[in-house]
Amino acid sequence: MTTTAIKQTQVSSGSSVREISFDRILFVTGAWALALVWLLPLLYAVWTAIHPSAYETRFDLFAPLTLENFVEAWNAAPFARYFVNTILLVTMILSAQLVLCTLAGFAFARLEFPGKNLLFSLVLLQLMVMPDILIVRNYAAMSSLGLVDTILAIGLPYFASGFAIFLLRQTFKTIPKELDEAARIEGCTLLGLLWRVYVPLAKPTMLAFGLVSVSHHWNNFIWPLIITSSTETRPLTVGLSIFATTDSGIEWSIINAATLITSGPLLIGFLLFQRQFVQSFMRAGIK
Amino acid sequence: MAAPERVFTKRPQIMIKREWINAWLLLMPALLLLFGFTHLPAVQTVLDSFWSTPRGQRPAVFLGLDNYERMLSDAVFIKAMINNAIYAAITIPASIALALSMALFVSRKILGQGLLRMAYFTPTVLPLIAVANIWLFFYLPGFGLFDQIRGLFGLSPVNWVGQPSTALYAITAVTVWNQAGFFMIFFLAALQTIPQSLREAAALEGASSWVFFWRVTWPLIMPTTLFVSVNATINAFRMVDHVFVMTQGGPNNASILLLYYIYDQGFRFWDTSYAATLTVVMVVILAVVGIGQFFLLDRRVHYR
Amino acid sequence: MKQILKSSSLCGAMLALSMSTALAVDLELYFPVAVGGDAANIIQEMTEQYMAENADVEINAIYTGSYADTTTRAITAARGGNPPHLAILSAVDVFMLQDEGLVEAWDSYLTKDELETWVGGFYDAFRANTYKVGKTWGIPFQRSTPVMYYNKDAFKAAGLDPEAPPSNWEELIEAGKKLTVRDDSDNVTQWGVRIPSSGFPYWPFQALAIANGAELMNEEGTETYFDQPAVIEALEFFVDLSKKHEIMAPGIVDWGATPRAFLDGETAMAITTTGNLTNIRTNATFDLGVAMLPKNKQYGVATGGGDFFLFKGHDEESTRAAIDFVKWATAPEQAATWSIATGYVAPRPDIWETEKMKEYVREAPGALVARNQLEHAVAEFSTYENARVRQILNDAIAAAIVGEKSAEQALKDAQSEADAVLKLYRQ
Repeated sequence: MTTTAIKQTQVSSGSSVREISFDRILFVTGAWALALVWLLPLLYAVWTAIHPSAYETRFDLFAPLTLENFVEAWNAAPFARYFVNTILLVTMILSAQLVLCTLAGFAFARLEFPGKNLLFSLVLLQLMVMPDILIVRNYAAMSSLGLVDTILAIGLPYFASGFAIFLLRQTFKTIPKELDEAARIEGCTLLGLLWRVYVPLAKPTMLAFGLVSVSHHWNNFIWPLIITSSTETRPLTVGLSIFATTDSGIEWSIINAATLITSGPLLIGFLLFQRQFVQSFMRAGIK
Repeated sequence: MAAPERVFTKRPQIMIKREWINAWLLLMPALLLLFGFTHLPAVQTVLDSFWSTPRGQRPAVFLGLDNYERMLSDAVFIKAMINNAIYAAITIPASIALALSMALFVSRKILGQGLLRMAYFTPTVLPLIAVANIWLFFYLPGFGLFDQIRGLFGLSPVNWVGQPSTALYAITAVTVWNQAGFFMIFFLAALQTIPQSLREAAALEGASSWVFFWRVTWPLIMPTTLFVSVNATINAFRMVDHVFVMTQGGPNNASILLLYYIYDQGFRFWDTSYAATLTVVMVVILAVVGIGQFFLLDRRVHYR
Repeated sequence: MKQILKSSSLCGAMLALSMSTALAVDLELYFPVAVGGDAANIIQEMTEQYMAENADVEINAIYTGSYADTTTRAITAARGGNPPHLAILSAVDVFMLQDEGLVEAWDSYLTKDELETWVGGFYDAFRANTYKVGKTWGIPFQRSTPVMYYNKDAFKAAGLDPEAPPSNWEELIEAGKKLTVRDDSDNVTQWGVRIPSSGFPYWPFQALAIANGAELMNEEGTETYFDQPAVIEALEFFVDLSKKHEIMAPGIVDWGATPRAFLDGETAMAITTTGNLTNIRTNATFDLGVAMLPKNKQYGVATGGGDFFLFKGHDEESTRAAIDFVKWATAPEQAATWSIATGYVAPRPDIWETEKMKEYVREAPGALVARNQLEHAVAEFSTYENARVRQILNDAIAAAIVGEKSAEQALKDAQSEADAVLKLYRQ
């Protein structure tokens, strides 16, 4: 990667050195300017979280530092519990999605049966008409099932993901037929075939989908807001919103400390694994 | 598509029958949930829209199309539709353009590559509902961050979220900020698959990077662009979290969006049947847009 | 074998019986938290203390989020046949709770003496929202009113007497003009006054309307009076603060940022809830003043906040136990602790007589202002379909402030919209 980049600059620098390097400077400056704008909210969050509340709106280089806000935020709301709820929620959704959608995706990719096209287009319809917008009716459904205010109810509408079924079907279709013929001759059952041949080859897709699913449900807000009403079930987003929107005014230093506490794990996770992250998307063919 | 079919049709009749059963068994759990929480509620929503909302001792009565008539004469609904159209018209192209620029910036060696990628990606991991408070501070008139910066240049303060002419755009900017970094990941993956040999060949022929982008990169990443645009379209109707914190749809509904209005009607005013009527409109819009986009996307996918 | 089974089940029954006498009643209490800080923990501590004193009662206090969340949860639970015994809900939801048939009046469970000394002992202003047709539907608990905070240092700097804050609308405008400071490029660095208008502008607006001698609704919650001249005048005054007199920032003024704006000196006077007193008092870097809202034709504010509601669907024993807990929680000692920790206004005169409260008032004289203002306070705006009608009013106020409609037009439109909604409830 590095060597080819150098080679390329050498090749193109043949024409006019000055112009290229000027372009390059513009390119790098643009990248950093954009990054700065994109980072502003995070920088501001860090600023307010480590300074006393008097510096929420004043940016003084010599402002005193404090960790008090983190302590206060942590004590003011049951964030530990919200964390557990969110982790339970995203794990539950992702496992259910992977199991259900692998089975369905495989059937759509490799089996023939009447009604296949109709059923598949109904699946595709869910890509657009998502449970997110059917909140009114799904709330009524949950209350008739007696599931209101449970973590299961937050996740249930998302278990069968049209997106996952579509993605896995595409991946399964690219797997060479010969592999599965060979396995069948060895006497593999359909499920055995799926498990031994298809699933291992679809791992990058599953990883990429997993990342999308986790980041989506980690941050999902409206449906959990509606369906939960107690500390035992509330995910982080809803917990944060209740914590932040009191009648008595916004205290940025504490809210931002809470935001940093709650998004810290994902942020660090991305910093550490960003390369693998991008590569999994590349190999999954989500492009 | 043709190859797998041939393999199975060669098998005896009885195998085909078993294959049907196998397929249906594999599909059943996913489809039951899918129908249960998407198709069934969508149909029920349509039915609900023909009835009135039961309140206290007054049971629901059949209204026919009354709810739809009410909707068409509801100024707030019209406002929400117009706002949502503007919101979509800005967030979709802006997010795609920015996401692609970001991907181009960090796809090859650049000073601080890892840090840049993280910077672009941070909005995805910060819950929108929490960051909305930060943006609210940025937008505050007078002592907010943007006005403090404007003040350095002697510019007068602007009440970004508190006046009808800018409130919707203030909301829109936050949405673009929030989703562009996420879309960047898809473009980044797409750019990595462009063969290096193409790049070298183009460089040898003296093609500028601008020409290379339009002649080679853009056509090659077209499927990704379509895929991202589908996501951006959905988000244009789904992302309203920050409205709860920043404007509550105000001032005087200047920044109200369709899903926020549905929430208001359904869960603040408890008018579930009118909320259902509004949901029907949303479902129809998304289904139509979706079908259109999938024709495009599916064609591309089959080429490969 | 049968014998053993029988005796063991008998044993079990006896065990259950003995346990049920030890824990005679299980109560469920839903409560919201609408202020920052430790309010949730304080309620938990209160219930624990009560349980320690009353071994036969078990109270499960469930923190249910915001007021809206709590109402939703209570309605859902009651419809599902599992209502809580008690819930602290926004007092303005009283019509909806009655209409849905979820709550019952307290009166039939109380003796004449209790009705007079206990229920009658709350300030009338706080009872007003939930005392309907001669019956008590809620017991005031976490209640507040708006007050005017002002910066004494800024008053001195502007040549105003820091001990004489404006007491009527004219003085407010006059002082506001002196307090509005502009820099060389004519940008305002300090506004005269800040009355928030985001989120729920109807609340500060209602205070202005009352001060102008107007009422916004009838006691039955079936009529609104948005288009009456006194109401229109009040809205014109609100609009003119920025448009004509230029002493308030133009456009919608954010509610949540108000304490910060005041603490940062962005404004010299700010009208917001007493719930901010603790925050503002501890963080102010200047000499803080607290005053009643200025009057026009009369003094006046609206109350706000939550009451205890009693839910239907329980046996008499547990309902009585629930009432007993509420009596304990609103007794002077407990209520004083609650008020001091949260900033809510203590809802009974006898609470202010406690040693704790007297000491607190010495330390924070501002708290007294809220109490003194109570004699001029009225019920918070509340009707049937409260959320919807309130939104109609909110939109009208916003439309006038941002200049999309004149105050008169906005309120006339709002009145006809409200009429259309409330028509159903007038039969």
